Amino acid sequence: MNALHIKKGASSHSAYDLRNPLGDQRETHTLCVLVDNEAGVLARVIGLFSGRGYNIESLTVAETDHLGHRSRITIVTTGTPAVIEQIKAQLSRLVPVHQVNDLTVEGPAVSRELALIKVAGTGERRVEAMRLAEVFRAKVVDTTLESFVFELTGAPTKVDAFIELMRPLGVVEVARTGVAAIARGGFAPD
Amino acid sequence: MTRHMTGAQIVIQALKDQGVDTIFGYPGGAVLPIYDELFQQNDIRHILVRHEQAATHAAEGYARSTGKPGCVIVTSGPGATNAVTGLTDALMDSIPMVVLSGQVPTFMIGNDAFQEADTVGITRPCTKHNWLVKDTADLATTIHQAFHVATHGRPGPVLVDIPKDVQFATAAYLPPEKARVSHYQPKTKADPEAILAAVEAIERAERPVFYTGGGIVNSGTAACAALRDLVGATGFPITSTLMGLGAYPASGEAWIGMLGMHGSYEANWAMHDCDVMICLGARFDDRITGRTDAFSPHSYRIHVDIDPSSINKNIHVHVPIVADVGSAIEDILALWRERGARTNAGPVQKWWKQIALWREKDCFGFRRSDQVIKPQYALQRLEALTKGHDRYITTEVGQHQMWAAQYLGFEEPNRWMTSGGLGTMGYGFPASIGVQIAHPESLVINVAGEASWLMNMQEMGTATQFRLPVKQFILNNERLGMVRQWQELLHGERYSASWSESLPDFVKLAESFGWKGIRCDSPADLDAAIREMIEHPGPVLFDCLVEKHENCFPMIPSGKAHNEMLLGEDATQGAIGAAGAVLV
Ligand SMILES: Cc1cc2nc3c(=O)[nH]c(=O)nc-3n(C[C@H](O)[C@H](O)[C@H](O)COP(=O)(O)OP(=O)(O)OC[C@H]3O[C@@H](n4cnc5c(N)ncnc54)[C@H](O)[C@@H]3O)c2cc1C
Ligand SMILES: Cc1ncc(C[n+]2csc(CCOP(=O)(O)OP(=O)(O)O)c2C)c(N)n1
Repeated sequence: MNALHIKKGASSHSAYDLRNPLGDQRETHTLCVLVDNEAGVLARVIGLFSGRGYNIESLTVAETDHLGHRSRITIVTTGTPAVIEQIKAQLSRLVPVHQVNDLTVEGPAVSRELALIKVAGTGERRVEAMRLAEVFRAKVVDTTLESFVFELTGAPTKVDAFIELMRPLGVVEVARTGVAAIARGGFAPD
Repeated sequence: MTRHMTGAQIVIQALKDQGVDTIFGYPGGAVLPIYDELFQQNDIRHILVRHEQAATHAAEGYARSTGKPGCVIVTSGPGATNAVTGLTDALMDSIPMVVLSGQVPTFMIGNDAFQEADTVGITRPCTKHNWLVKDTADLATTIHQAFHVATHGRPGPVLVDIPKDVQFATAAYLPPEKARVSHYQPKTKADPEAILAAVEAIERAERPVFYTGGGIVNSGTAACAALRDLVGATGFPITSTLMGLGAYPASGEAWIGMLGMHGSYEANWAMHDCDVMICLGARFDDRITGRTDAFSPHSYRIHVDIDPSSINKNIHVHVPIVADVGSAIEDILALWRERGARTNAGPVQKWWKQIALWREKDCFGFRRSDQVIKPQYALQRLEALTKGHDRYITTEVGQHQMWAAQYLGFEEPNRWMTSGGLGTMGYGFPASIGVQIAHPESLVINVAGEASWLMNMQEMGTATQFRLPVKQFILNNERLGMVRQWQELLHGERYSASWSESLPDFVKLAESFGWKGIRCDSPADLDAAIREMIEHPGPVLFDCLVEKHENCFPMIPSGKAHNEMLLGEDATQGAIGAAGAVLV
């Protein structure tokens, strides 16, 4: 029951969660937290992370069920397997939290992020920026003679790669939404 | 038929419907409407404390000694901020408590209004949950929810912040049975496979130990009874944390004493050497584990806890069981009996022989004196002279607290109130007030250090006003003893700020509040003085002048393993390494 910590649902690699619960390698996990959409709920979640010294790589929140007053918080966090388990247990015991799903172990999932990237430059750099944007399928949502604002949606790694490529071409400002994620397939996780 | 009431009336009605008979509090502008309603009824008794911190500790004492939630009312701003220590204390020790705080009117929130504080913001991390009620129509439901959350699952403190205009406005009252209870319904029944794994481990254990904690007391008297059955039937040794004392009787055959930093030699060695550890409602606190990588290296560990976040937090366990501990013990007992009630009797007997050898160390022995009162001796005498009484003990925090845990025996749960997790000096006196309110006929004794006791000494007035015959048994070493001990062991005997200077004359202080004051400085007079304290019908301040530089042993120094425990006579110089000195 220890090493073979059997989890509900298949992970992306195997039917079981085969991670060593005592391992000290850090992992990145995407957690999806369904909460009552009430005052202070985000402060509770963030306060839990800061108070207990957990990492937040990305956090997004919005109401997803207006009638049911539910919001969905997507958190990307890092930690050893034991810390990740502790984060999930700590989140689950917050009173307004209904459900916590670990999209990283519970099965295949898609993660997406939207970024707006402002690039200023003229001449060859401007042409190159446009060319790269096409490769990444970024949209131009604003332009002047010296600048573009690109809109890019994709996995966070793709957004990272795009921004890195753009940097020498004159990145002035970046806005990112943080990650929204959802399990693949036709069912909602329980 | 729905009844319309003002918010203030709703508060009182909701409290009554929740079975509240006592509320500890202190008035102020933002709660005047509620105080006005309190004045006009007789079902709920209001205890006026002298400081809001004391209201929260009194409520904790009330709660821990009755099993019911404690209830507190404070005003906005400073009233609420004064309650923060008690909220945190109750959170750490899993004490059910409902605090109602007044708030400035909704239309003034955020304007830095007079006595405004962001109470829900400040108390968010020190409550299990809290609410700001902005509409009188939500007030009844919120209060019912507050009681539900405080008492279900792992108990804890909650706070309801009520703006003054919400107290004046009217709305329909919703009784508890009609109120929408929260989805908050923690799991209390164990998974059968986990119970089976636990039973199999019990059957094959050769060197088992029950490691029990405050969760058993939280669960209630039924859980304590089930525990006694299980321990009696298996014959396995049992130890407990500071918070669980009394769940299993100290006079019980299988009792091997408290474990942990200042626990018994035999309990800590049993934890270190056991092959099966059955942890019931305890949370592997750092006072218990010492160095985690050296903690109980060979054991197969079973852990029952109602809070999944307590499991695998500090120590990895092999059989996690998320359940109410009372229900889980009953399930374990039933299945174990069904399978023939087997234990590995031979090896277990051998294990008991080993424990007897450890016991021979007599780890609580101390050098006696007929010149000065040794604090340990004072507690031995207190124990001997109060044993048969209907007795409740509270403590402050420090050496005296540990000695109380070592030298007093608890036969029943809910008889021992102490601040374990937060270690709040100033807890014990107000807690004794809360206990005495709940048990007016009982003997309630606060075992105190003089420094801790001074932290909430203003409560003398409360005891006088409400005719509470609380006994304050102060082991006066004129030192911040526990701090001084650490400085002796860790900081080269540089006693930085650990002297209790300018102490009052406790006897005169007692008399000034209409109490009885007793001073005792000689072992020969101690028995008579303790008797005098017990027999006095009113509150007593007992100034027991004890040995000033006594250290509390055994002690597992910070950063050391269980088997590196220090005993009284051992050389203590250099016992704690530099790494240990960083720990608290
Ligand atoms: C100066 C000082 C020295 C100390 N030294 C020691 C020492 O030597 N030894 C010692 O033991 N302590 C000591 N303590 C206390 C220590 O800090 C901890 O407070 C204590 O060990 C925790 O006890 P516990 O594990 O029983 O947990 P508690 O804090 O009582 O927690 C109870 C656990 O049970 C669970 N629970 C609650 N209700 C239920 C239920 N119905 N069913 C199942 N589970 C439930 C909770 O989720 C929680 O995990 C000391 C404190 C101070 C201030
Ligand atoms: C509110 C608070 N402040 C500081 C501490 C740190 N502390 C722990 S024990 C102790 C000394 C307690 O002295 P006393 O009450 O006289 O008890 P003794 O140890 O001498 O028995 C101190 C200062 C604490 N636990 N609580």
